[in-house]
Amino acid sequence: MTTDGSTGDGRSTSASDAVESAGAAEAATPVDGTDGRHPLFMPVVAVGGLLFGFGLGLSQMARPEVVLSFLQLWDLGLLFVMGGAVLVTGPVLLLAARSGRRAPLSGLRYARRLKSMDRNVLVGGAIFGVGWGLSGICPGAAYASLGIGNYPMLWGVAGMFLGAYGQGVVRSIAADRSSGGQTIAD
Amino acid sequence: MSTVGVALATAAVMELFPRGITHYLLGGLLIGFGTAIVYLGTGNAAGASTFLESTLSYVSKRSRFQEPRLVASRDWRVVFTLSIVAGAAVYAVVVQGGIWITEVQPWRLFAGGLLVGVGTRLGKGCTSGHGICGVGSASITSVVNVATFMVIAIGTALLVMALGVSP
Repeated sequence: MTTDGSTGDGRSTSASDAVESAGAAEAATPVDGTDGRHPLFMPVVAVGGLLFGFGLGLSQMARPEVVLSFLQLWDLGLLFVMGGAVLVTGPVLLLAARSGRRAPLSGLRYARRLKSMDRNVLVGGAIFGVGWGLSGICPGAAYASLGIGNYPMLWGVAGMFLGAYGQGVVRSIAADRSSGGQTIAD
Repeated sequence: MSTVGVALATAAVMELFPRGITHYLLGGLLIGFGTAIVYLGTGNAAGASTFLESTLSYVSKRSRFQEPRLVASRDWRVVFTLSIVAGAAVYAVVVQGGIWITEVQPWRLFAGGLLVGVGTRLGKGCTSGHGICGVGSASITSVVNVATFMVIAIGTALLVMALGVSP
């Protein structure tokens, strides 16, 4: 019923998700607390987002038609988008993780992004694949699409929120039930 | 291989990229730099789809959305997403020279979005979380997820096209 109760349930009933994100587990307890973020934390996130969004615009991924032309195997250029991005993030993530250092603006220890393998990875990937193939939109590209003025993409973003909400409600109920816990009012 | 052979092979390869590759590669590098800056500064692998659930934690008390990892990151994820919108807007103003509107039908955007919302959250990531950060981390889980959604998406797109749905 309370926020505390639901948080406790979330923690106790999502063991698989806890394993999936060792880095995120640490996120809850950075060296000097969440409040200990450096003043430059948000500005750096904003600069990263700006580059990310500009890149999505430049790469044309913000246009569903271009993504669909890739998925229809007419123009394979999108391979260079993902390839170009991994060309940068690959060495950065691997070297930083190996360094054993902590991020200067949060105190979080650098770690590779690793998630546990289970059936959800395959089922979720397949469902995402059907959605991506039907519409040509993925989350980051959809946000960027709004930025280039593509207002019909509000339909897509609304759908994504509704889908994320629906699966979250179903999983919350399943988790609360399996923990024998109380029902949680929404 | 003869010079003619090389030329023919090159032409055949370029057939696969009718719009060229420069803007794709440059865009991809920028996406990578954006992700790398957030990671190096904050230690967070910024995937775009977690924003959906972390933002829902503001309005829903369901246990799934109230997980500490979502609540703790929801503020900067909002900033990240709004910055993506802003960055794309800068592109639209400076390079594109105005707004651009899709002709893909709204029902496709909505239905596709619905499935993307379910699938990315169930599958623990999307094109950026798994595709860029996960693959960049040499994560087997991410490679498997990306291979899965890539193959299924290509199959779906070809099927939808074959059924005559356009745009």
